Amino acid sequence: MYVAVKGGERAIDNAHEWLAEERRGDPAVPELSVTQIREQMKLAVNRVMAEGSLYDPDLAALAIKQSRGDLIEAIFLIRAYRTTLPRIGHSEPVDTGAMICDRRVSATFKDAPGGQVLGPTFDYTHRLLDFKLAAEGETPRAQEVDAERKETPRITEFLNRDGLIQEETPSDETPPDMTRAPMEYPANRALRLQALTRGDEGFVLGMAYSTQRGYGRNHPFVGELRIGKVPVEMEIAELGFSVEIGEIDLTECETVNQFAGSKTEPPQFTRGYGLVFGQTERKAISMALVDRSLRWEELGEDNVGAPAQDEEFVLSHSDNIQATGFLEHIKLPHYVDFQSELELVRRMRAEAQASYKEAAE
Amino acid sequence: MAKAEQEKTERQAWMGLLAKSSPARLAALMDKASDVPDFTWLRVPEAGGVMVRGRMGGTGAPFNLGEMTVTRCALRLESGEVGHAYVQGRDKAHAQRAALVDAMMQTDRASDLRASVLDPLEAEREAQIATRAAKAAATKVDFFTMVRGED
Repeated sequence: MYVAVKGGERAIDNAHEWLAEERRGDPAVPELSVTQIREQMKLAVNRVMAEGSLYDPDLAALAIKQSRGDLIEAIFLIRAYRTTLPRIGHSEPVDTGAMICDRRVSATFKDAPGGQVLGPTFDYTHRLLDFKLAAEGETPRAQEVDAERKETPRITEFLNRDGLIQEETPSDETPPDMTRAPMEYPANRALRLQALTRGDEGFVLGMAYSTQRGYGRNHPFVGELRIGKVPVEMEIAELGFSVEIGEIDLTECETVNQFAGSKTEPPQFTRGYGLVFGQTERKAISMALVDRSLRWEELGEDNVGAPAQDEEFVLSHSDNIQATGFLEHIKLPHYVDFQSELELVRRMRAEAQASYKEAAE
Repeated sequence: MAKAEQEKTERQAWMGLLAKSSPARLAALMDKASDVPDFTWLRVPEAGGVMVRGRMGGTGAPFNLGEMTVTRCALRLESGEVGHAYVQGRDKAHAQRAALVDAMMQTDRASDLRASVLDPLEAEREAQIATRAAKAAATKVDFFTMVRGED
């Protein structure tokens, strides 16, 4: 039990002032602007938006500045801000098939219609430190070639044509919302996907990796990975029609898993799905693996007791703000708690020592 | 009926364009455009969150992906036309400008405004998309599968 303490106001104020000074660092070094963070620390901004569960690059950049680059602290700031926003409504489901792709690759079909486009990727770099970046650099320019706007149909659609992959049945069912109602188990797939897309990247990555290493065998191919912009459309009640209210960057990953069939399903490929705010490729792939792993029951697979098959374990530990809150509270004053434990241990020791003495005599 | 449908489609197009436009750019274009009429608020600008949904597997049942910031407002011109705005982000002045354009596009100033504000916004947007597409096209790759050696 936590018993509140009083006092320490001055120390707390002074600590926060010092924090502000430390945040600024050496005043001889120019201050970082929020727009610099937004433009040049974009992948950090994306992570904060994804796990903060709020798409607003300016706010995410501000949170990163305020948190001195501690991304979980920044995510905390965004989550706290998010709760102050009135909910205007919900969008129509975004059409990722109509994405304007910066990147789109398939590990399953080399001649993917619409082409394989690498985009601005770290893949195939040598991971050698580039000391040129430490010097004042000029502005790099990307190559451009004439592009005809081509459709980029989903890779899984080709498999689906032959019935080789499990079908995704479209519906207009209202999905549950974990920001409006407490989590309940068993969760359905919609709730799992919502929890995973805002889950901690490191945790979701670790869970995904565990399935690849054999804890719930799940060795998928990346059927398709696409990154780009999609418009967001919402039905406006006062107008009686829907309009686009903005545009967001998304990363989508569809995995294709081998599936030998079960009591209820014929042998076919099955899917895992990842969809995350921003350019967040590692997270989207991880999400797809964990999504697929958690679908064992629906697909009639065996539960082999792997951690990544246990939805309550995965979903109740994937949120880094909940985890941080519970973990870090133990550093706050617990004097009364500890005092009672101290007395208990002393009494037990005294009793134990008395009985040794008796036995020895 | 067909006319009403067409008007709706046109309005959807300009509202969408305004929602996605950069606040600084819209402000600059409107400053250059003719004077702004008087209006009364029907709903003062309000920033809020919209829950964005996705579909499982891209095509299946919906799920909640996360929220985005949106600012909305509504106003009525002295001449009676009502303008609505739902724009991305938290910029209230931007929402006000978007609602003014929406209202004025229903007046006889529509063609002026189209030429001075909407067309430039549209052209700049198309140019940005084309530039990114050209950069993406330069990273298009052809993979060859090599024959595996047998020994």
